[in-house]
Amino acid sequence: MHAYANPARFLKIARPLTGLLGLVGGTMLILCVAYGVLFGPADYLQGETVRIMYIHVPAAWLGMAGWSGIAVASAMQLIWRHPLAGVAGRACALPGAVFAAICLATGSIWGRPTWGTWWEWDGRLTSMLVLFFLYLAYMALSRAEREADGETSGEGRMTAIFGLIGAINLPIIHYSVLWWRTLHQGQSISVMKGSSIDASMLWPLLGAAVGASLLFGAIVLMRMRAELADTKLEMRMRRLAAL
Amino acid sequence: MKAKNQRLFLIILAAVAMLGAVVLAMSGLKDQAAYFYAPSDVLRNPPALDRDVRLGGMVRKGSVKKLADGVTLRFVVEDERHAIPVEFKGIVPDLFREGSGVVAEGKFVTPDQFVASNILAKHDERYMPPQMAGDKHKTGRVS
Repeated sequence: MHAYANPARFLKIARPLTGLLGLVGGTMLILCVAYGVLFGPADYLQGETVRIMYIHVPAAWLGMAGWSGIAVASAMQLIWRHPLAGVAGRACALPGAVFAAICLATGSIWGRPTWGTWWEWDGRLTSMLVLFFLYLAYMALSRAEREADGETSGEGRMTAIFGLIGAINLPIIHYSVLWWRTLHQGQSISVMKGSSIDASMLWPLLGAAVGASLLFGAIVLMRMRAELADTKLEMRMRRLAAL
Repeated sequence: MKAKNQRLFLIILAAVAMLGAVVLAMSGLKDQAAYFYAPSDVLRNPPALDRDVRLGGMVRKGSVKKLADGVTLRFVVEDERHAIPVEFKGIVPDLFREGSGVVAEGKFVTPDQFVASNILAKHDERYMPPQMAGDKHKTGRVS
């Protein structure tokens, strides 16, 4: 990984990759969601409301994947002092928060007709809301730390530690439906047991999830490039000011 | 030890400690964090009468009866070991069906009678088109 520690080398790859991931991911996401919403089957119990799943489930996965990215980047930053790790971690926060928010909003809209309530404080819903708040806290902390460090262009160590600690919420979200009785249904897709979602709904769902993941990758690369450009600009300004 | 390995070791140690703490805390929370009582929990450890609780389980097939007043429902919530009769006055969500999951919010008026003030339908993890469900999963619609 240290081969890409050099921002110039990273940018050389990131620049074309951003567009590629964004284009492929966006197309896949739109096609799969459109297929699921317009042509896919209705559910035997939920009827048409099942279609919100094509947005809700990928958003939930990416909300969690975003923090996994933050955790991995934070570990790389703290242990190996990888110079781009902090940048990568910070870049995951905003898209992760947006996907978590989409997950919460669509889940709430689905819950009203299906369960009969917009919101209930059960284990799954609460832990997902906590994840959303963790994202907000992470973004506030990273901004505050950058501003406090100012001149020294700090590495954002506090932010990285927070990123690692916050990862503890991920297994809680995942296992909440297994550990506790929740209103939220149990897991439908598992590596060990396969899927209890019929294939006619599962394939567009997986396609949408892959598409959204690629799009997520594109957004992260885009934000990393933006932060690197920002830093470069700041350095140049500082040099000019020193002249 | 090299500084890099020392940091790796420290972080792994911290992660293990954190994970242990969380697993302990979560298993300690197990009963408190449960969203509802199942009928067999009620059998084992009955909640105080007149306390607001949630009762969750399956609606027994064939148990849903509408009373003469037209708005009061009586049905039985069951799990593998126990069954509790429930009375509810009001409108139930669309997914409230016989043989399906339900969460009833309300009170025990006697140890064997639950009066619900709100009904939530619980959906399970199976998703399939209606033609697939066939007769296997056909559940009674409550009209």
